[in-house]
Formats: sequence, C-alpha cells, structure tokens
Amino acid sequence: MPTINFTLNGKPVSLNTDPTRRFLDVLREELTLTGPKEGCGEGECGACAVLIDGHITNSCILPLGNVSGREVMTIEGYRETKRYRVLEEAYIAEGAVQCGICIPGMIIASESLLAHNPHPTDDDIRIGLSGNLCRCTGYNMIVRAVKRAATRGKGLW
Amino acid sequence: MVSHVIPKTYAEALTVLKAGNHRVIAGGTDMMVRHRAWAGLPPLFDKPVLFAFTLSELKYVKEDEQVICIGAMTDLETLLHHERTPALLRQVIAIMASPAIRYVSTLAGNIVNASPAADSLLALYALDAQVVLESTSGKRILSIEKTIVGPGKTVLHDDEMVAEIRIPKTRFTHTMFRKVGGRRADAITKIGFVGCATVNEGIIRDLRLVFNAVAPVVVREKSVEALHVGHSVKNVLSDTDTLMHHYSEHIKPIDDQRSNQHYRKEAALRLARHFLDTLA
Repeated sequence: MPTINFTLNGKPVSLNTDPTRRFLDVLREELTLTGPKEGCGEGECGACAVLIDGHITNSCILPLGNVSGREVMTIEGYRETKRYRVLEEAYIAEGAVQCGICIPGMIIASESLLAHNPHPTDDDIRIGLSGNLCRCTGYNMIVRAVKRAATRGKGLW
Repeated sequence: MVSHVIPKTYAEALTVLKAGNHRVIAGGTDMMVRHRAWAGLPPLFDKPVLFAFTLSELKYVKEDEQVICIGAMTDLETLLHHERTPALLRQVIAIMASPAIRYVSTLAGNIVNASPAADSLLALYALDAQVVLESTSGKRILSIEKTIVGPGKTVLHDDEMVAEIRIPKTRFTHTMFRKVGGRRADAITKIGFVGCATVNEGIIRDLRLVFNAVAPVVVREKSVEALHVGHSVKNVLSDTDTLMHHYSEHIKPIDDQRSNQHYRKEAALRLARHFLDTLA
C-alpha cells in the first residue's frame, strides 16, 4: 500500500491503508471525525462535504488516494475559526437549523462560497449551495443566513 | 501482487500504465459510485487503481492562435472561471452537477466515462474537440467522435491515458445550449442540445447540431449539417421537416428512470427546430 500524507485540520496525517477507500469512511472510522455525515453516498446531498485546499468536496465519493498531499479541513477544524463563529451566529439568528444533519455540509458549502465570492447575490448563494440538500426544506432561512454572514463578517472573507 | 499507485509524476504514471494492469481514476465522481460497496467498505474495482488527479503537470489551460489546450486533470470549476475556456463550454459546465462535484471532475473523466448523457460532451462534439491519448510509446490525437465508440466505451488502450483536450478556436454568430433535467443543479440530463451556427448575409456558413441522451453515443451528424451549409436561412426554414426527418433516423432514445423515448425524441427535435428559428 502506498503511504498517503495530507494535512487534516492543520496537522500532518500519514496513513497506510487502501487508497480506494472513501475518504468519508477514513474520516469517520479511522480518524473519528464524525462531523461529515453520510446521506446519499453518491455525491448528491452534500452531507459529507469537507474542504480540500479550501474548496468544497464530497468525501463520500472521494477516494483517499486523491487526498494525497492536500489540505483537508472538516467541520471540526473549521469550527475553531472566526469565520465559523460568524456563520454559526447567522444560522442561529435566521432559524436556519432544523433537524441539523445537513448543517455541517451547509456550513462547509457556505465557507467555500464566501471564500470565492464574499458578496454573493441570492442566486450566487443558491448556486453555491446547490449540491447540499436539506430534507427539512429550510432553504430560504439558510440563504438568508449566508447573506447575513456575508454582511456581518465583513473583511473575514 | 499488483497494487494501487499514486504516481508523483506524469512520467511515472505512464510507466506504471505500460503493463496495462491499472485503471486510471481522475476525480472519481463516476467510478467511485459505479464500483461502490456498502458504506464503510472500499469500492470494488476490477483492476488496481492509478490515481491521476493529483498530477499537477496535467492541470493547465494553454492557448495558441488556433487552439485551446486543456490539461487532462484540470477540474471543471477551474474551467468554469478560466478566461480561456470557450464560452459555450463554460455555459455547459455552469449547470453541471454542483460546485462540490465540479471541483473534482474533469473533461478527461467525462470522456473516458463515455456516458451518452454527459453534458460536457455536447460542447466538445460541437467544438470539434480533439483528445490527446498518451502512453510510453507516444501520443495519438483523435477527434472526440473517434475516441468514444459506445456507452462507457472508448478506443483507449490499457496502457494509455488522456493527456490533453484540444479545442479549436471558433467563432459563431449563433449558439444555443439547453439541458432538460429534473432540477437546475445536480441533475443528470433527460435530453440536451447544443446548436452552433454562423450566418452571413442570410446564408448559413457553418451549422452544428448536437444532441445527448438520445442514442448510445452523443449525436452529431456532419453529413446532415453539410447539406445545409451554403443555403439561405430562408430556404432551410421553409423545409425544416426534411432536416428533422434526417435527425429522426439518428435520434433513438431509450426509456429509463429519467425520461422516456417519446418525450426525449420530441423534445430533442423541438429544441433543434427552435434553434433554427433563431437564425432568421
């Protein structure tokens, strides 16, 4: 097995395991990071989203081999940041969290969007979150939350 | 025992492929789903895997006066925002899947996956894209039509991988792209259409009509297109039934979970007819 090295939430990780394994399984079972969830298992719902080099990626269809040499941030690492605090306040204030299972992915999608587009329109937000499904269907509140974070977090993104 | 490989360089990747024992994975968005096992278990691949997505040598967009060259491992989100990406291709990529998928999917992966419903293939067929295949023995440059021969089937040899996609720079006076899908994002197409044309003083100088999800491979009939080049828009529009009849022979969709034969054929032909109407 090739050794796979990458950075996880700012710390170096080195693994000797099957590189075809789904990165989601490696995160949850080997590295005990259970923030990313399994929803659809085929890249459609975004519950498993993580940041790879700052970009949103679905870890359920990402082979571990493709993480080699890259910087990974999961919701566990992201919640230690100032940007997370702004998003958390905005999601709470707008009532954007219902059952909560999609929220780690929604936060990751919000970060990936705002990092590339700090002043998104409503359409930009809907496109940015288009790979994340909320079965409680609270989309309008989530869109408002991202908008609020963009306004309140001025300068952070 | 042959094992999985994460090559450090492109040269190493080609050397590993020489024995013909490996399956190349780019972003993995199709392969990981097709070969998936239960949650918690690794996917079941028929061969050891070569992971190509991290090869930085294959991530680029270059151009000369005539052609735009896209490195095989360039992701679609990069192409979506790249100034050199042809406008039509950018328009197609914008509605493909979601940002999370676009950051790891590639044109090379779409080509080798050879899905008749692949959105990006519409643009690649319309723009006369060429595919550069490479092995340790050298390069082969094939048109997109010659590269894909059936659903999931290409002419790639076991020791080859896609190195680059080349797109000739072409200007059109008219282009149209329509995707019919279940929703605006993250949807696999029911039927898709791209039309490109150049009309000069009422005469059609260039005409390209491309359909996906209507046959085992993407449909573009250059012989039918050629019949209409040199004719006036007025003449062509006075008899669109003949043109539709030609396409009717090539548009042979299937029933599946996304749509049915009747709807697909009707929608495909109506989109083509609508595009022709815009030329007037």
